[in-house]
Amino acid sequence: MDFNGHKPIYLQIYDHVCERILSGEFRSGDRVMSVRELGIELGVNPNTIMRSFERLQNKGIIATKRGIGFYVCENAREMILEEQKKEFIENEVPEFLKKMELYGVSFEDLTKLK
Amino acid sequence: MIKINNLDFAYKNTQVFRRISLEFEKGNIYGLLGENGVGKTTLLKLICGLQKPQHGSVIVDGFTPSMREPEFLQNVYFLPEEVITEDTTPEKFIQKTGVFYPRYDYELFNQLMKELEVDLSKKFNELSHGQKKKALLACAMSLQTDYLFLDEPTNGLDIPSKALFRKVISQYCSDETTVIISTHQVKDVENLIDPIVILDKDDVLLNASFSKITEKIFFEYGPERLDNAYYTEMLPGGYINVMRNVNNEESNVNIEALFNAVMKNKETIKNLMK
Repeated sequence: MDFNGHKPIYLQIYDHVCERILSGEFRSGDRVMSVRELGIELGVNPNTIMRSFERLQNKGIIATKRGIGFYVCENAREMILEEQKKEFIENEVPEFLKKMELYGVSFEDLTKLK
Repeated sequence: MIKINNLDFAYKNTQVFRRISLEFEKGNIYGLLGENGVGKTTLLKLICGLQKPQHGSVIVDGFTPSMREPEFLQNVYFLPEEVITEDTTPEKFIQKTGVFYPRYDYELFNQLMKELEVDLSKKFNELSHGQKKKALLACAMSLQTDYLFLDEPTNGLDIPSKALFRKVISQYCSDETTVIISTHQVKDVENLIDPIVILDKDDVLLNASFSKITEKIFFEYGPERLDNAYYTEMLPGGYINVMRNVNNEESNVNIEALFNAVMKNKETIKNLMK
């Protein structure tokens, strides 16, 4: 995993786990790797991983079961997609629209791309 | 827990610490930063009992390190920066050393030597500088002490070894351990160290976790140099501005920029972080 400079590391690790759920590596009900295991895999401070996992838990993407550790929630995929869609609309779309205007690209031009 | 209270320390005519107080809590990997000669190594020596304070106290889990009680010493390991060049193999060295440490694990030593890719058959004086450092790291970690102090551990390691170093340290860490890494190579231990301690001549400028740092300080990555920044530096593609976090925004700590910002605004940032 390559970290970039701008986003807090714990959020980058949050995204990283979400991606692994979307890719199907971890499915609903599956046990997710432990904080320790992911810390070792990424060479990152376990406290940072814990912060990412707390966020995943708060968002209802993963949950804990006694004796098992963290597992992927039933509708984790939908939750992640929903969140990413929201982020896309709030952050990327306005940027995209600004560029369309700047370069004089119309919506009609876009439909031609298909 | 390590509690340092009102500590004074001097070597003959050179004052190193003047009435400093700071604490190190369990379950953390501390990064100990500071310019050359501010006393990073001296602080580690004071914590593990190799030096004695002239005033004030150092207390580690109720023990006074300079009393050098066996129950304390068996739970602490300090790996100095200078590399020993004994005419012996790491294996013989650790078997000799291990007897003093109740949790020493020979299997773990072997496993770490394998993970760090060190040739088991060679003596210390036959290994390269980097290999020696890795062998000593494997020795230190196989003792499984709750307190592990590493002085410039990544000096001389090649690029893949630095990544391995981060993995094995992350693996070492538990709720009971306190790891302190003194270093100038912050890039080598980025994402590994948290909290950060910055020492200055006679003083402690910062002792804070990343979440506390980003609560107060904002690292802005943008196209321009901002006038009210504590510190600004040009990066490829723009500038990093170290600012006061007025809008309560989250950002990613750039340790080098943080260090420079603290050195340029000692009192301001000390007060800000209080």
